[in-house]
Amino acid sequence: MTREEIIKPENLVYSKTKVLTDTVMHYCPGCGHGTTHRLVAEVIDEMGIQSETLGVAPVGCAVLAYNYFDVDIAEAAHGRAPALATAMKRLRPEKFVFTYQGDGDLAAIGTGETIHACNRGENITIIFVNNGIYGMTGGQMAPTTLEGMVTATSPYGREQQFNGHPLKITELVAQLPGTYYVTRQAVYTPALVRRAKKAIRQAFEYQKLNKGVTFVEIVSNCNSGWKMSPVKANEWLEENMLPFYPLGDLKVPEKE
Amino acid sequence: MAFKGTIVIDTEGCKGCGVCVTGCPQKCIALGKKANKKGYNHLEIIADTCIGCANCAILCPDGVIEVYRAKV
Repeated sequence: MTREEIIKPENLVYSKTKVLTDTVMHYCPGCGHGTTHRLVAEVIDEMGIQSETLGVAPVGCAVLAYNYFDVDIAEAAHGRAPALATAMKRLRPEKFVFTYQGDGDLAAIGTGETIHACNRGENITIIFVNNGIYGMTGGQMAPTTLEGMVTATSPYGREQQFNGHPLKITELVAQLPGTYYVTRQAVYTPALVRRAKKAIRQAFEYQKLNKGVTFVEIVSNCNSGWKMSPVKANEWLEENMLPFYPLGDLKVPEKE
Repeated sequence: MAFKGTIVIDTEGCKGCGVCVTGCPQKCIALGKKANKKGYNHLEIIADTCIGCANCAILCPDGVIEVYRAKV
């Protein structure tokens, strides 16, 4: 069978979803943001909710998310995405509302908004991409930076005595009564990508129930910020990030 | 039943990160020596052993891979 015989519309098993626009993403080669964008878009596509979905873009690497998703997206002030999403959901409760945030946005400047939106139990989905660094501004230390991790502002590695402990914000919000589903995923192997997509789908499905915040953390790489090649960065992620940020569900609804 | 697959690569959109190569069970793709307009060494098919599993495509951050699969 030749290549030409295989390339036919009826044999197509995978192509980029139509919920993503044709704009080339500005992300660095190998960045987990691209994969996460694609998964969110695929879930929106599969659920057939493109016209009912409202997004909120953060400040950070994903600031241009509104150029890539073919859904209505608003841009929030730094860290204020959950506050804006709260307003959207309260005004248009029939819509699906999600925020897409990085760790500098969600776990640093937006900690207050995140925690209070989660505690109030707003019916929104939060997609949180954690790469342990401020990627957009040049790789400075973030609250989620691991101990001993070298960044632009911690050139000798993060010291606990001087810089404090890394923040596990996902564990924190899982404690709050307002969250309904909290999970942590990664997107650097095919199996993990499939699992992450299922989690995002689950989060959007749970939003229909109006039971509270659904929160999906994606542990991602930042090869530019970490000064590594994309493949090396994924290996580093597996060796260093995952022991501290273990994958899996942190809070699942009790079966009725 | 066996499957035979192939992929179509948008070489201008490829950023040459190589993450897809790590996911290929058949080792039939690799980064080539040719660069695209942006200067990235883009992905190339190096062997005719593709089974159309779509692992490369679901790993691709930029969604530049289209996968086709047919029964043989």
